[in-house]
Amino acid sequence: MIDVVMPQMGESIVEGTLTRWLKKPGERVERDEPLFEISTDKVDTEIPSPTAGVLSEVLVEAGKTVAINTVVARISDGAAAPAPAPVAAADPAPAPPAPVAPVAVAAPAPTPPAPVQPPAPAPVAVAAETQGPLSPLVRKMARENNVDLGTVSGSGVGGRITKQDVEAHLSGSVPQAATTPVAAPPPAPVSVPPPARSEAAKVRVEPLSTMRQKIAEHMVMSKRVSAHVTTVHKVDMTKVAKLRAKQKDEFQARYGFGLTFLPFVVSAACQAIRSFPLLNASIDGTNILFHNDINIGIAVALENGLIVPVISAADEKNVVGLQRSIVDLAARARSRQLKPNEVTGGTFSITNFGSFGSIFATPVINQPQVAILGVGAVEKVPVVIDDAIAIRSVAHLALTFDHRLIDGALADQFCQKVKQVLEGWSESVL
Amino acid sequence: MHNLEVRHLGRMGFGEAYALQCQLVDQRKQSLIPDQLLLVEHPHTVTMGRNGHEENILASPEVLEKTGIAFHQTDRGGDVTYHGPGQIIGYGIIDLRDWKRDVVAYVRGLEEVVIRTLAEFGIEGTRVDNCTGVWVNGKKIAAIGVHISRWVTSHGFALNLDTDLNYFQYIVPCGLTKPVTSFRDLGSEASREAVEKALVRHMSEVYSLSPVEPALTMESA
Repeated sequence: MIDVVMPQMGESIVEGTLTRWLKKPGERVERDEPLFEISTDKVDTEIPSPTAGVLSEVLVEAGKTVAINTVVARISDGAAAPAPAPVAAADPAPAPPAPVAPVAVAAPAPTPPAPVQPPAPAPVAVAAETQGPLSPLVRKMARENNVDLGTVSGSGVGGRITKQDVEAHLSGSVPQAATTPVAAPPPAPVSVPPPARSEAAKVRVEPLSTMRQKIAEHMVMSKRVSAHVTTVHKVDMTKVAKLRAKQKDEFQARYGFGLTFLPFVVSAACQAIRSFPLLNASIDGTNILFHNDINIGIAVALENGLIVPVISAADEKNVVGLQRSIVDLAARARSRQLKPNEVTGGTFSITNFGSFGSIFATPVINQPQVAILGVGAVEKVPVVIDDAIAIRSVAHLALTFDHRLIDGALADQFCQKVKQVLEGWSESVL
Repeated sequence: MHNLEVRHLGRMGFGEAYALQCQLVDQRKQSLIPDQLLLVEHPHTVTMGRNGHEENILASPEVLEKTGIAFHQTDRGGDVTYHGPGQIIGYGIIDLRDWKRDVVAYVRGLEEVVIRTLAEFGIEGTRVDNCTGVWVNGKKIAAIGVHISRWVTSHGFALNLDTDLNYFQYIVPCGLTKPVTSFRDLGSEASREAVEKALVRHMSEVYSLSPVEPALTMESA
């Protein structure tokens, strides 16, 4: 049995008015779930339950003002509650988490299994619409066996008909889809429901966060505005990997943060941008804006979104400086402490999906920029060099560019330049 | 110093602004966003706090409706109040664990923000014992009502800039039969923009926050 007391919501506060109980005696309450409300000086405060259990006793009624630390209620742990309300009988056995209030979502109506029909197909039936696209194999099987696919029920994604469905249909082991009379098209794409699905709400509704909405808008806008093309180049990162392996401990000791592959790529990209400034441009109506500064946006994954803080004048920094900026921006991005000027003004972006194990991806351009470089995972692979097999550290670099402004030849020259810098890396970083 | 995201929402219905507040409060509790200050102007609305008394609404619901005044029950502290054009509403969504775990200090802070802002425009605002809000010569210029859940605040203050004070006749502001006033009523021609700027500055100072533009967002895959 746990006592719940009137909390002290501030230094000068000696009493509080309990304005409302949010739980009734006998009701189950989870730890941290709002239990009651108090009011002090035009402030209403929800007080969460200190523990999980059953609210067994309410000692202070709503409307009463009591001194802080006064016991206002008692919570018993689970089953043994003297439940006054007969309805709220304590759950027997290990109490399952309180059933989530059935969020009133119009769950797709559970579809009854299609009525079994005798195998004689109604020849008149207009070939009912089949769900989803058909694979060439399924078409071929249907043709060869003279099967009307409209009479086969699909078990694949979205009701798609699979090879197994056709086989089952031929062997007659599966009820055929009811041949639909002309007037009634199938109501919704329905795959054969897996057996014994619970009847609980099938959808949980959660509003999009502001950040999510903005990301969504930007992504779609970017896809609409730019002609996205992605080109992928394989880069031998062995020299960089060896350098990193050799110096990373000392680097960590000296600077207090780790050394990753990313600053090398940023540095190489800056050098390539200097050779091909069109990659650092943007389109403004019928003009091309060439940006004289090279400001590299670095995509940082957040818990439920992403942000692209910018390393300004990245071409003026060495590997140490770049790594320092990356670590600092990423940390502050995650704690939401970036300043507005640190997320604007980017002229080119880099996204490091390799850190999540991706080999290569096709990133979306960060408008109004015209290119984004994606860095895939660096992996040791066997490669053929002068007809001998060697082990090398290889990464795939994917450049998505805006074909409105940049042609494939230029994009590939740019990538070759990045590759050349990385493969020929000799400079020490310490 | 923590960030304070300042959102200028312009004219927005009470219900819509409330939904936005709830969403932001939720995100703040999960530390997905920094502290927030929402500045907004509501159309004619009468709202009632948790401890509100219907008898403090002088006009019947029908009269309110006919006059085009919306009515909302809310979860803030305090009694009934009026919001409308010419008022600057400030909603603060602040995690008090990062400041002081003290709800009364938070309310005194809001009063301080308003008092310092008034001072910039040559108006002397004061506190009145047991009457939360900011007063000028016995007339109320700013009302305050706050809700707190897991130390995250919502709701805030309503400051009368050039509010049509006649609308207050439909209610007894905050249950007190005391008169109300506004910048204009006191002869100040201060612009909304200038007052909002001052409010942001003092809000940041009082709660040791640094104001930033909202939702940095951004993109790329």
